[in-house]
Amino acid sequence: MDFAVIVFVEMLRAVAWLVLLAGGLSIIFGMMRVINIAHGEFLMLGGYTVVISSQQGVPLWIGILILAPIVVGLFGILVERLIIQWLYGRMIDSLLATWGLSLLMIGGITMIFGNTTEGVSAPLGAIGVGETYSIAVYNFVIIGCAALFLVGIYAVLKYTRWGLIARSVMQNPGMAQALGVNATFVYMATFGLGSALTGLAGGLLAPLTGVVPSMGVNFIGQAFITVVTGGAAVVAGTLSSAAALGTISQAVTFGAGPVYGDAALLVAALILLRILPQGITGRIFTRSI
Amino acid sequence: MEKPLYKDIGFHLCVIAGLVVMFGAPRYFDIFEVYTYISYVVLAIYALSLAYIWGFGGILSFGQSAFFGLGGYTFAVASINMGTTGFPFLLAFAIPALFGAAVGYFMFYGRLSDVYMGVVTLVVALILFKLINHTAGPEYSIGSARLGGFNGIPSIPTLALPGVYGGVELLDPGQMFTVYMGILLIVYVGLRLLLASDFGRVSVSVRENEMRSSLLGYDVRRHKVIVFALGAGIAGMAGAMWATYQTFIDPNAFSLERSAQALIWVMAGGVGTLIGPILGAVGLQWLSITLGEMQLINNLVLLGVILIFLVLILPKGIVPSIRMWSLDLFTVMRRQREGLDPRTGEAPPPASSSQPAE
Repeated sequence: MDFAVIVFVEMLRAVAWLVLLAGGLSIIFGMMRVINIAHGEFLMLGGYTVVISSQQGVPLWIGILILAPIVVGLFGILVERLIIQWLYGRMIDSLLATWGLSLLMIGGITMIFGNTTEGVSAPLGAIGVGETYSIAVYNFVIIGCAALFLVGIYAVLKYTRWGLIARSVMQNPGMAQALGVNATFVYMATFGLGSALTGLAGGLLAPLTGVVPSMGVNFIGQAFITVVTGGAAVVAGTLSSAAALGTISQAVTFGAGPVYGDAALLVAALILLRILPQGITGRIFTRSI
Repeated sequence: MEKPLYKDIGFHLCVIAGLVVMFGAPRYFDIFEVYTYISYVVLAIYALSLAYIWGFGGILSFGQSAFFGLGGYTFAVASINMGTTGFPFLLAFAIPALFGAAVGYFMFYGRLSDVYMGVVTLVVALILFKLINHTAGPEYSIGSARLGGFNGIPSIPTLALPGVYGGVELLDPGQMFTVYMGILLIVYVGLRLLLASDFGRVSVSVRENEMRSSLLGYDVRRHKVIVFALGAGIAGMAGAMWATYQTFIDPNAFSLERSAQALIWVMAGGVGTLIGPILGAVGLQWLSITLGEMQLINNLVLLGVILIFLVLILPKGIVPSIRMWSLDLFTVMRRQREGLDPRTGEAPPPASSSQPAE
């Protein structure tokens, strides 16, 4: 029984983690059809913000929940203005340019902070389950953040005026512009929002793994596969593919170890894409957000 | 109708230049320089593998390093186990090609779109990188070769091809350079011949318009799988040459940086040419080694800046741009000679005092 609880919480955490990891990417991809290969480095930037700010004496939670999203969000807006805005509609070129950005960021951070792992101690400790097991409380923070993110994005897109405008630009930018929407601004804000969310995920990651300039590589694979498998719908796509892939990879991790868990995630995604080439929301839940 | 290959002056010039370098460089440069140049040759073959599948098959692979690394590891494991290097060298072509065909089957028969394809190839390379990094323990060994995880595989035998220099190992850098340059030439000429054949024309037509090619009765999916597998095999061969050149291989052969390098070289040289990516690989590799020696700037920063610059400013690449500019220059000169307007090619307006409004 206790073990079942542990397995359940771990599965939930894996799904939540994929949601957070892929959320920012799926907003940018779903709205703008731009795949940001530098996504892993945006995570890294969020992680560095937390570590550096907590070394300067800023409380950890302010660093994670406020500073990391703001810093990475502003950086995202800067990137959108300098690079991305010239490349809309040129999907392959934007992939290449953001790849260049990713290399640039890894190299730049290495030059500034050096190629060493820095970390902050994980907060909150653990609670016991039964007599032999314990769960880190931090897991529940991750699950909570992911749930908040999904509910928040859904509410904003579905019920606010801004969400309506964003969805209209998603569907038909030309028509939206003809009706007086400033599509350029919407794109910029969307990219900023996606980046900010990525910064938050990076901030949450910092106490778990520490930060090192090349850390992004470990996460972009999972993030991409989740977004691609999910398809274009932001909330439904991310949630459904994170649920499917997170459960599978966590189950394999329990059986055979984390590396095989990652490999299982890839194989599962390949098979899913073979069956549903447009992603899950390309065939099922097609009218969802 | 395009002119046949044997009438193409540029092709003959390239081959002659290649032959001159192949036999000239070991005599002219000292051993240390020649040893460095061997790496350029290997990386040029690697660049050709992507130049072929991207430029002539329209398949953008973000994970070409998967095949490079796979070829290197195949060669390392096979040659350590067998004690010879000729057959492992063939295996280093065959196994990545088969793996490429398997990945290609999923991508092309699934009819994934461009971007999804790019992401899948990227992730395949990433996963291989992770798996190989994980194989540090002694339980991960194939025959007598330990995979060694992030430490890599040391003491890989140097290449000895049967029939070349009597089948002895190529320990002399000059010989090694000549043989490697010969392989580069064979790959280049082979690809040019392939592109001039029926098969090559169909792959270009698939690149140009998939729908139309399939309506004309060509099996687009099977065609793309073959092109992709061939590119994977060439990349694997380059990986094997890299492994035997360094007598060492580690998981960095699978790294993202390796994949990015190939893309940058092909973009810089020009997508849709073969000589461009070779020049791109040699030129940019020389640049990054030279700048690396000066310790001025991180190599990744340089690569990143070049890539962004190329995408934003020079998306066609260097060789096609030069070709276009020289054509333009030629046209302008001809028009001037014939007394036409150099910009529009129209006859000059009848003499009048004022410029026509534009």
